Amino acid sequence: MDKKLEPIVKSLQDKFSATFEEFRDEVHLFVKPEQIVDALTLLRDEYNFELLSALTAVDYYPQETPRFHVVYQLTSIAKNLSVQIRVPVNGSSPKVPTATHVYDVANWRERELLDMFGIEFDGHPDPRRILSPEDMEGHPLRKDFPLGYEEPQFTFNFDEIDLRKPYAKE
Amino acid sequence: MSQIEEVGLDKFKHLVSERALTGETMLLNMGPQHPSTHGVLRLLLELDGEIIVNCIPDIGYLHTGIEKNMEAKTYQKAEVMTDRLDYMNPIGNNLAYVMAVEKLVDLDVPARAQGLRVILTELQRISSHLVWLGTSGLDLAAMSMFLYCFREREQILDIFELVSGQRMMTTYFRPGGVWRDVPVEFEKAVRDFIKIFPKRVDQYETLLTKNPFLLDRTLGIGKLDVATALSFGVTGPPLRASGIDWDLRKARPYCGYEQYDFNVPTRTEGDTYARYLVRVQEMRESLKIVEQALNKLPLGPVRSGNRKFVTPPRSEIGVSMESLIHHFKLWTEGFSAPKASIYSAVESPRGELGLLLEGDGGPKPYRVHLRTPSFDNLAVLSQIVKGHLVADLVAILSSIDIVLGDIDR
Repeated sequence: MDKKLEPIVKSLQDKFSATFEEFRDEVHLFVKPEQIVDALTLLRDEYNFELLSALTAVDYYPQETPRFHVVYQLTSIAKNLSVQIRVPVNGSSPKVPTATHVYDVANWRERELLDMFGIEFDGHPDPRRILSPEDMEGHPLRKDFPLGYEEPQFTFNFDEIDLRKPYAKE
Repeated sequence: MSQIEEVGLDKFKHLVSERALTGETMLLNMGPQHPSTHGVLRLLLELDGEIIVNCIPDIGYLHTGIEKNMEAKTYQKAEVMTDRLDYMNPIGNNLAYVMAVEKLVDLDVPARAQGLRVILTELQRISSHLVWLGTSGLDLAAMSMFLYCFREREQILDIFELVSGQRMMTTYFRPGGVWRDVPVEFEKAVRDFIKIFPKRVDQYETLLTKNPFLLDRTLGIGKLDVATALSFGVTGPPLRASGIDWDLRKARPYCGYEQYDFNVPTRTEGDTYARYLVRVQEMRESLKIVEQALNKLPLGPVRSGNRKFVTPPRSEIGVSMESLIHHFKLWTEGFSAPKASIYSAVESPRGELGLLLEGDGGPKPYRVHLRTPSFDNLAVLSQIVKGHLVADLVAILSSIDIVLGDIDR
């Protein structure tokens, strides 16, 4: 771990009893959903983490508790440091408080997570889907959402597959 | 036939001002098909006469599920998806991806491959900025810029074709090195470009930098202050034009960028003109890097010798049993990465291009998240266009330099 990161990790451990993992010099801190806004505010105000570089999630289906990790990748320009915060969320009605009032960038990124993973952000000012059409069902980046494919047509089964294709029918 | 719904204002009620509800201001769609939105982007504008009161970007028209598709492919095969991401910067996307994979499996890259990566990535940065300069010239009614810029871009694409066989979707960088060594004509082609290009940038600047029409359209337009930029996660030239000296090539050098002498151009004004100046200056700096990297380019292998991750050369397959086995295993099953997660970022022409790559011990990535710079840079648009004219919106949008493939993924 970078020497400069040690006091930051220590303070998060003290304040939020966060656990941490380390891999290839990257530090991943785990905090509870209800603590995330306080943790982000602390990192931004006390430790100069000005940029929320990435905000995304990982789905560990079929594991249910926790099913998702919401990942906050933070960058400090002043100190040239990075730290990752992960928030484990359960599978049934996943909910995390919104971080839009800490970082404005969270607005679109949280809408993306709502769209792609179905994770809801409490208090989000504009909870609409962002990439998929509004009337779409399901959340594409969840592991239980099928990828889908088109059957390859050959000469011998061309017509048979053609019949099954969802062409517009009049 | 599905029913066509009448779209009311209800969905956007919380995003527009109260005057829109009474009909005092007008709501107008700009796009999805519009020459100045640089792709399929829809902007819902609330207008008071010709003044923009609110701007609501609507994205997703180009969403192709690249992240989901990558999860279904092996590490080598997922790379071709990254070319299609930011189609003005395929080589830079390849670099971001292969560096993430190399970090995940802890793979070293030979020095010659690093040098080639730097040369090609910087050429790609120049070509991306040339497209930006040409198209924003078009937006500001400087028609000839488009033709001049695409002339030089063609020369760069020819170099890509020379090394990889493809002009755009190259997939030339591979985990552990590059696909194959460059042909002998490569050095001359790059030297020709280095010789000709500074004069051409001078020509562009003669046409634009002090052009009163350009100054009228750009000075003081679309000001982005530092606090807003940081809060919205803006990176790349827009952030540097606002006065923050943040370039990952300098701050966290990768691929041996620390060996090269170059400056990071910054401005403090944060307006459209500052973003223009920063990018033009960046083209000159990139050319400096290309020249130094070409002079320093060492001889040697271009692919790592680690056979657990990198396929053996074709010539070995006929004479070595192990090579045949490695070749077969790597192209059928692929290599496995540890059950861990990394985040790796490079400086793309548009900003920080980051990858969150998570392995599950198998040969396919468990999760790939692409942190694309255009996505966050576009989010700030609604803040900086308020109070400007619709015509200025066109100038501001092109000065942010978005690529819709990069936003929608």
